[in-house]
Amino acid sequence: MSTNDYIQCFIYMAVLLLLAKPLGTYMARVMEGESRVNRWFKPVESFIYKVCGVNPERAEMNWKTYAVAWVAFNALGIFVVYAIQRLQNILPLNPMGLAAVTADSAFNTAISFATNTNWQGYGGESTMSYFTQMIALGVQNFVSAASGIAVLFAVIRGFVRKQTENIGNFWMDLVRSTLYILLPLSIVVATILVSQGVPQTFKPSPKASLLQPTSYDQPMTDKDGKPVLDEKGQPKTQKAMLTEQVIAVGPVASQIAIKQLGTNGGGYYNVNSAHPLENPTPLSNFTEVLSILLIAAALCYSFGYRVKDTRQGWALLIAMTLIFVPLLWMCTHYEQAGNPLLAKMGIDQSATAFQPGGNMEGKEARFGIVSSTIWASATTAASNGSVNSMHDSFTPLGGLVPMWLMELGEVVYGGVGSGLYGMLAFVIVAVFVGGLMVGRTPEYLGKKIESYEMKMASIMILIPPILAVLGAAIAVVAPGGKANIFNPGIHGFSEVLYAFSSASNNNGSAFAGLGANNIFYNIMLGICMFFARFWLAIPALAFAGSLAKKKIVPVSSGTLPTHTPLFIFFLVGIVILVGALTFFPALALGPIVEHLTLAAA
Amino acid sequence: MIREQIRPALFSFVLLTLITGVLYPLSVTGIAKVFFTNQAEGGLILKNGKAVGSEHIGQPFDAPQYLWGRPSATTPVFNASSSSGSNYGPMHADYLKAVGDRAKALKDADPFHQARVPVDLVTASGSGLDPQISLAGAYYQVSRIAKTRGISEDKIKKIIEKNTQGRFLGLLGEPAVNVLKVNLDLDEVKK
Repeated sequence: MSTNDYIQCFIYMAVLLLLAKPLGTYMARVMEGESRVNRWFKPVESFIYKVCGVNPERAEMNWKTYAVAWVAFNALGIFVVYAIQRLQNILPLNPMGLAAVTADSAFNTAISFATNTNWQGYGGESTMSYFTQMIALGVQNFVSAASGIAVLFAVIRGFVRKQTENIGNFWMDLVRSTLYILLPLSIVVATILVSQGVPQTFKPSPKASLLQPTSYDQPMTDKDGKPVLDEKGQPKTQKAMLTEQVIAVGPVASQIAIKQLGTNGGGYYNVNSAHPLENPTPLSNFTEVLSILLIAAALCYSFGYRVKDTRQGWALLIAMTLIFVPLLWMCTHYEQAGNPLLAKMGIDQSATAFQPGGNMEGKEARFGIVSSTIWASATTAASNGSVNSMHDSFTPLGGLVPMWLMELGEVVYGGVGSGLYGMLAFVIVAVFVGGLMVGRTPEYLGKKIESYEMKMASIMILIPPILAVLGAAIAVVAPGGKANIFNPGIHGFSEVLYAFSSASNNNGSAFAGLGANNIFYNIMLGICMFFARFWLAIPALAFAGSLAKKKIVPVSSGTLPTHTPLFIFFLVGIVILVGALTFFPALALGPIVEHLTLAAA
Repeated sequence: MIREQIRPALFSFVLLTLITGVLYPLSVTGIAKVFFTNQAEGGLILKNGKAVGSEHIGQPFDAPQYLWGRPSATTPVFNASSSSGSNYGPMHADYLKAVGDRAKALKDADPFHQARVPVDLVTASGSGLDPQISLAGAYYQVSRIAKTRGISEDKIKKIIEKNTQGRFLGLLGEPAVNVLKVNLDLDEVKK
């Protein structure tokens, strides 16, 4: 790594951690209606509750009611997003005249956006109308993120309250996290992005003439639009002149802002934030990549604030950072080292004052290596999944990092809300194992951890890896799975493993060579995303309900302190161990073998 | 229990759709219109009232008198309404062949130039639309452009530096040269 690589990593981490306290405090207060902002917008909030038939005075729900409300709202989201895609050809705001989305793709995309995954099997600019992008996808970017924050606050109430059934009201949590957290931050970020050149317009795409018209091989088609094949079965081509460019624009900035802040990741364009109109400058890049981890990191502080012991929040944030930083280093190191096969061909991959060097395939000149690797690590540590470089073209070990960060269960910062409630499941396991080691009843924040909580935590920890490993296993033997692999050999296996790791952890990034827009992958990955979201949120609410019923045990000499370096390292160990043991065999077949082969070539 | 949640589910969905799906993008569009008109519509470069490109979107160049940009993996190249990377893994045979071909094309266009080819000139960008190249990639091509156009290398270097976007605050991102802007400026130079 070059000096500048270190500097950029340091700035990123420093700004992220410095913002955790102010933003975390704000979110903790505003979600419980304690902030000044709540008073300013009281009329708006009250109006919404009135229309929805929610009485804030008598709104408390037990965990089952909360879960029903959560499922009802999110299922409605899936249904509406599906319907809009299927009808976009007759709906307004479709200046490019795009056709209705196919059934399997619409199924996949509906689940994908409602589960905060934002896996995209389709190319945005050539598939989705302005209406679909805004009303279907844009709205889910907000409400799926807000649903995650809501569950987190319900879980927090489980720790804070005692001897009650109630864990808050889903509708109020949903409205507050949308209005007071996601919306204002999105407006700020979107404004910065527009100032940098990200489009925000409803005009149709403009055309520009090329300075140097270029000839290219155009595939020939017959009268029915089918490709004409030559004797060898290859598509026939003819020379054609390229004289102009159609520059796809649209209401991009507003969608990009929330896709980053809400750990959604679904881009406006096919190549996501590698596209120079989604992410035109170093400043837009920093703003976006900071937005990826911003809320998730700050929520750790909110947690500490609400349980009235900020050290507990810092402990979790430090544990996450301790896992993140070495992996960021590893990713940057291997990408900066470049591709040994290109070095043999006499290509200059060294980092100098005039070029970033390294493995530049699939990366943009304005980002070079380090801005790409910070992004790749952040987007997979959070369950964001947007990309500013093509992960499929990373070096084997550089690409292992984003894959493994997802496989850790999206708890290193993780998705907004979902990352922290996922991490709390690991905390439960950690105090349980710790308690067993020293022979005491395990407890966390004064709540006894018993078999019910352990069962729920185990479900949350085990479902994503089961889905990922089983899904990948099916895909590499099923004809429909194998047929759509792009890279041959070992790397092709990595593409499949990456796809299922991504869907089963609600991330959404891809080794994008894999042809995922077909019935096999649309359905398989759709199922993974669905279970990974719903079957984690419901157990999380169940253990919140169970914790809320318990008494608070006073701290005694026998209590295992959960803010000390010892506990932090123990927690890190548990997360790493589970992730490593589950996925090492699969990773050994993919990126690790590929690395050894590349080194020997 | 389920019945009671139907009304809030439907109505909150409609209201939040109006707020986040309509009001929010419209207010951002309003802010964009008032403060950042040109930026918000794709950063078009106008010449005599006609769009000759966007400052953010690369164009294909392979004539010796022009600065060449990053290779593009879209179909056809630099297709600004269907972005795409190559997605080649590091050992894909087609990828290694493409890199070799690109390096050879650069060498053939300037046979007496001995320096090693900078990596960004032979590797496809992430978007297929990268408007920029590294400074090393630009300086590498100066001698070819100078010979073809018959203008001094210093003049070309000045044009390159004029169209270089530095790191933000000298710290973030990488310095990068806008290929289209350099080529538009090159066409303006009188011999």
